[in-house]
Amino acid sequence: MMTEDPLVDVGSLLQSMAQKVTSLMQARNIGHYEIVGIRSGGVWLAKALGAELGHRGAVGELDISFYRDDFTRIGLHPRVRPSALPFATEDQNLLLVDDVLMSGRTIRAAMNELFDFGRPASITLAVLADIGQRELPIQPDVLGCTLHLKPGQRVKLLGPEPLNLVVKQGVPT
Amino acid sequence: MIWPTENKPRAAIQLNHEGQLRHFLSIEGLKRELLIEILDTAESFIEVGSRSIRKVPLLRGKTVANLFFEASTRTRSTFELAAKRLSADVLNININTSATTKGESLSDMLRNLEAMAVDMFVVRHVQSGSPHFIATAVTPGVSVINAGDGRHEHPTQAMLDMLTIRQHKGGFENLTVAIVGDILHSRVARSEIHALKALGAAEIRVIAPDTLLPVDVESMGVKVFSTLDEGLRDADVVVTLRLQKERMEGALLPSEHEFYRLYGLSAERMRSAKPDAIVMHPGPMNRGVEIDSAVADGAQSVILQQVTNGIAVRMAVMSMAMSGQINALAARGGQ
Repeated sequence: MMTEDPLVDVGSLLQSMAQKVTSLMQARNIGHYEIVGIRSGGVWLAKALGAELGHRGAVGELDISFYRDDFTRIGLHPRVRPSALPFATEDQNLLLVDDVLMSGRTIRAAMNELFDFGRPASITLAVLADIGQRELPIQPDVLGCTLHLKPGQRVKLLGPEPLNLVVKQGVPT
Repeated sequence: MIWPTENKPRAAIQLNHEGQLRHFLSIEGLKRELLIEILDTAESFIEVGSRSIRKVPLLRGKTVANLFFEASTRTRSTFELAAKRLSADVLNININTSATTKGESLSDMLRNLEAMAVDMFVVRHVQSGSPHFIATAVTPGVSVINAGDGRHEHPTQAMLDMLTIRQHKGGFENLTVAIVGDILHSRVARSEIHALKALGAAEIRVIAPDTLLPVDVESMGVKVFSTLDEGLRDADVVVTLRLQKERMEGALLPSEHEFYRLYGLSAERMRSAKPDAIVMHPGPMNRGVEIDSAVADGAQSVILQQVTNGIAVRMAVMSMAMSGQINALAARGGQ
C-alpha cells in the first residue's frame, strides 16, 4: 500500500529559508551570489527560493548523473539531461539548493561537478528537509525542517507547481 | 556485389536482460528509443565539452583498449579523447607493431589484454563481423564497441551524423536525406540507412552509379537515383561519402575525373537541394573527387561539427555500454 500525506507547508518553510539565507549571507559578507538547484526537486525549490529572495538572474540547473558515486553498482541514470549554468562559477559565491538531504552523496557529487565549471569562491547549502541517515560529513547551512521517518518511509517533493512534500509509505527497504 | 547481412538474433548480443546497451556493434536491430537515448545522452556530454574542465569521473578506474586493425585518424583519436574525458585509462594498440605480426592469434591477444583487466574494447577491423566475434569471445562484463568493420557497419559514425542532423533540423520525421557516392563500400551509408529508418526519416535516397551500389539496395527502404541533380532535388541533408579506392577490386569506375564530373558535389549542384540543406562528410575527404572545396568549407557544411559531435556520441555509447554491463553483472550476481 502506498499513501501520500502532505507533511509540511512548503510555502512558509520557503519564507523562513529565505530569511535565513539573507542573514547568513550578510554574516558571511557575501554581497552577490548565484543560485544552483539539483535536478529535479532542487531546481523547483531553487526557483521558488530565488523568487522569495527577489534574486535577479536565472537559476542554474545541475544534473549530477555523471558524478554519482554508485555508477559501478547501478550504472548510468537514464534520461540524463545537460546541466545548465547561465553564469561563471569561477570565483563566484554559490547557493546550492536541494529538496531532501539524506546520505550526503548527492551534495558531494554536486560539489564535484560545480568545481569542474570553475573554482567557486564559496558554496552555501540550503535544503528543504533533512531526514538524517547521513553517510558523509555534509551538513546544511540553511534548513527548512527536520523529519524523522519510520523504516520503509520515503519523502518526495512533488512539483513544480504547487510544491508539496509527501511521505511515501510501505516502500520496501 | 551484396552487402553482408546480419541476421536478427545476432543484434540481440548488444543488449542486456533489461534491453540496455552493453556492446555497440551495429545500428541494425536497435530500436528508435535506444537511438534517441544515445542522442540525448550525447547532448549532455556536449555540455560537458564546454566546461573549463571537460572531464567527468564516470569511467574512473576502467581501462579502454583501442584495437585498430585498420588505419584511422579521426575515429581513433576521438574514441581516445572520449575515453579520457570519461576518466578511463586508454591503451592504444597499433596492430601492425603488435604481436599478431609475430603469429599470436586474436583470441590469445584478447586473453592477454583481459589479463591486464581491460573493461572495454574499441575495435576497427577490415573484416565485417570482427567486433561481433570479439563480443562473443570476451568474458562477461567486458564491452565491445564497433569502430568500423569492413563494409558492415560504423555505428558511432551514424549516430554522430544523426546528432548533427537533429541539432540542425530538430528531428527526422519530415526530412529527405540524400547519401551520395560510393555506397557499395560504405559501412557509414549502411549504418546511416538503418539509423534514419529507425528514427523515422521521411525519405532516404542513395545516389550512385550502378557499379557503386550494392545489389538489392532498394530492399533497405531507400530510393535509388543515378543522377545527382535529380537525387539532390529538395533534399534537407546531403551526405557525401569518400570514394574508397583502396577497397575497389577491378574497374568499378572509369576515372576519378569522370566520377567528379557526374557525382562530385559542387556549389552549382547543391542548388538543387533546399536552400537550408546541410552537407556532411564522414572524412577523410577527397577534395575535387566526391566534394568541392567550396562546398566542404562553405556555409552549408557541418563537417567539423560532425567531428566535435563524435566525441560526445562516443562518450555516450561508452558510458551506456559500460553501464549495461554493470547491470548485467549485478543481475547475474543477484540470481
